Amino acid sequence: MMDTIRGGNLIDLGALSREAIVEVLDTAEGFVEVASRTVKKVPALSGRVVASLFYEESTRTRLSFETAAKRLSADVLSLAVASSSVKKGESLRDTIATIEALGIDAVILRHRSSGAAEQVSRYVPHVRVINAGDGLHQHPTQGLLDAFTVRRALAGRRGVEALGTGASLFEGLRVLIVGDIRHSRVARSDIDAYAALGARVSVAGPATLLPDDLDEWPVEVATNLDTALERADVVSLLRLQTERGTGAFVPSLREFTSTFGLTEERAARLRPEAVVMHPGPINRGVELDSAVADLPASLIAQQVASGVPVRMAVLYLTIAGRAKEER
Amino acid sequence: MTELLIRGGWVVGEAASVRADVHVRDGVIVAVGEDLEVPDGARVIEAEGSWVGPGFVDLHTHLREPGGEAAETVASGARAAAVGGFTAIVAMPNTEPAIDSVDTAAYVLSRGRHAVVDVAVAGAITVGRRGEHLAPMAELAALGVRLFTDDGAVVQDAAVMRRALVYARPLGVRLAQHAEDASLADPGQMNEGPVSSRLGLIGRPTLAEDVIVARDIELVRATGAPLHFLHLSSARALALVEAARAEGLPITAEVTPHHLSLDESACVAYDATYKVNPPLRGNRDVAAVRDALRRGVVDAVATDHAPHAPETKDRPFDEAPSGVLGLEHAAALVNEVIGDDPVRLFAVLSREPARIAQLRGADARVGLSAHGGAIVPGEDANLVVFDPEATWVANREILQSRARNTPYHGRQLRGRVRTTVVRGEVVVHEGEVQ
Repeated sequence: MMDTIRGGNLIDLGALSREAIVEVLDTAEGFVEVASRTVKKVPALSGRVVASLFYEESTRTRLSFETAAKRLSADVLSLAVASSSVKKGESLRDTIATIEALGIDAVILRHRSSGAAEQVSRYVPHVRVINAGDGLHQHPTQGLLDAFTVRRALAGRRGVEALGTGASLFEGLRVLIVGDIRHSRVARSDIDAYAALGARVSVAGPATLLPDDLDEWPVEVATNLDTALERADVVSLLRLQTERGTGAFVPSLREFTSTFGLTEERAARLRPEAVVMHPGPINRGVELDSAVADLPASLIAQQVASGVPVRMAVLYLTIAGRAKEER
Repeated sequence: MTELLIRGGWVVGEAASVRADVHVRDGVIVAVGEDLEVPDGARVIEAEGSWVGPGFVDLHTHLREPGGEAAETVASGARAAAVGGFTAIVAMPNTEPAIDSVDTAAYVLSRGRHAVVDVAVAGAITVGRRGEHLAPMAELAALGVRLFTDDGAVVQDAAVMRRALVYARPLGVRLAQHAEDASLADPGQMNEGPVSSRLGLIGRPTLAEDVIVARDIELVRATGAPLHFLHLSSARALALVEAARAEGLPITAEVTPHHLSLDESACVAYDATYKVNPPLRGNRDVAAVRDALRRGVVDAVATDHAPHAPETKDRPFDEAPSGVLGLEHAAALVNEVIGDDPVRLFAVLSREPARIAQLRGADARVGLSAHGGAIVPGEDANLVVFDPEATWVANREILQSRARNTPYHGRQLRGRVRTTVVRGEVVVHEGEVQ
């Protein structure tokens, strides 16, 4: 377990302790107000170089990371993989070596292969590696920004500042994650984050989309979705990744929606204070009804907004931060 | 005239070991006994404390030639075999092109004639190993091919597999199956279980192996044709094989050094060095594989030596090719599992694989001498001197193979090949190719 990401990499939330996660959330709180300044910049990473390397297109994650880096005054090298030498058959290892030779402090990597970020961290041990999503494995900044969004919303309701609440607002919080758990890197990172912070996590989905080894995960299985919805404080819906062929695990999208979608009817069962989340992009009408996405309970827009300060915190801590033993 | 005296070792027979010297002249054993006189001009190998037995025979070697010479050639693979104590290897047909024609088989055999150990070839069961049309098994059999497999691929279609068994039976050859149902195994990257789930890698379940083994046992029962199961790795599949053999069905089976000595946890850092098909399994299956070898549920250990160029194993895990090296460390790993039992060690590494590959007798057509026989006068001198107590550390930097994808780098090993003798010539001594 790592107690801080200062001076380290961010690859797998399962490797982080509660303290390490709270440190990121607290640091992100400090960066929120930068967005409301006229000049939306702080000099924290001035002169530092961050490479953004997306082997899978993802407009929102890429923009969010690059905006975060620029607000910290870092220089951003953005490699458009689709039009680069990668298309000419260059290997991941050679591409990373080339970029490292340009002199970079960190690389933000999105890759379709599970484990790509960990492998890259071995190729370039002196460069900080931020995993922006690797295959089915992890999407750590999504897990962090989801926890950040929930903590802000809960603190706001109680009229307290989120900063300073540590992990206390997660104690006993009932989080329900619904959908394709098996193939979801977001689910793995969310579960790691919520479990580390002390929440009670349960999952629901078609049996073919649940992992076979769920009894070894720090979660409960919700056998009855409707009952679970009535109890939940946080309902997190996962994207059904039909582009990855996971549609074949259920008879039809219609049946998925009728059995595990958050329809208006099901949403009516939610407690008034419950919140609804989705990592995006939403398949409206599949994971949730269009109307539900726009309900006041929905934190989906806040999730997007949280992306920048959380990623600023991650970049700042990993690049500028020194590990405790080095200080 | 070449003369050789291997002095003072334990000569391992089919039932027991006796302390004796072995005198070899011109490729043939001429005398076995205590305190033999040193013939004039003979090279003397001191074998005190070592086991002297028939050279190891690998049923399952990927030599990559033709088509994959960047990873291995017949010559380099044969040197790796010799260092590992093997005097004969069976080259798998998943080359480019596949060994599914007399021309390709003859090409590999001709390369083998210049190699440091005897090289037999396995032919493909189907054209291009695509599982559709039968390869010319009769023509290949006439050339001396005795084992047929689409290894790397399974013969997925039950009707094609049945037809192949029926066709092969009167030819006196044996089919071998890579038992993984493709519809269950693909596109899996490692064993299906808690580790794959946590790593976000798609699993290849043991179920894929069990289903094909169960199906093929029924096909053997229906056709009466012999079948060999390659690299079994699942406890359930081994139980099915044990029951089928108890019934007397003509089924043989092998396990690999890596399924005996490594488990799925090796994959946790996404190092594709440990990516192999069938995948490294969980503890329960590893224990079953070890138990099956000790109890004789399987006949042989075969390496599935699978060289890959380093840059291909550096790819992301799901893009990297499957396969691990095995020839150079196999005997030590088997020795660890079997313990102090030279008769069993030579049974699983030499006598039984030689029987399955029909290499017990010499075959001049394909330039092969006899392997896996008794250590008695008149036999071809294909021998290995193995020190069961020697300890050493596996090192990928000093391999004879052109590839470096050994999963044992840095592992402490017990038992080492001291000398390998092929047709009476010392080809390896103390780790050095002569």
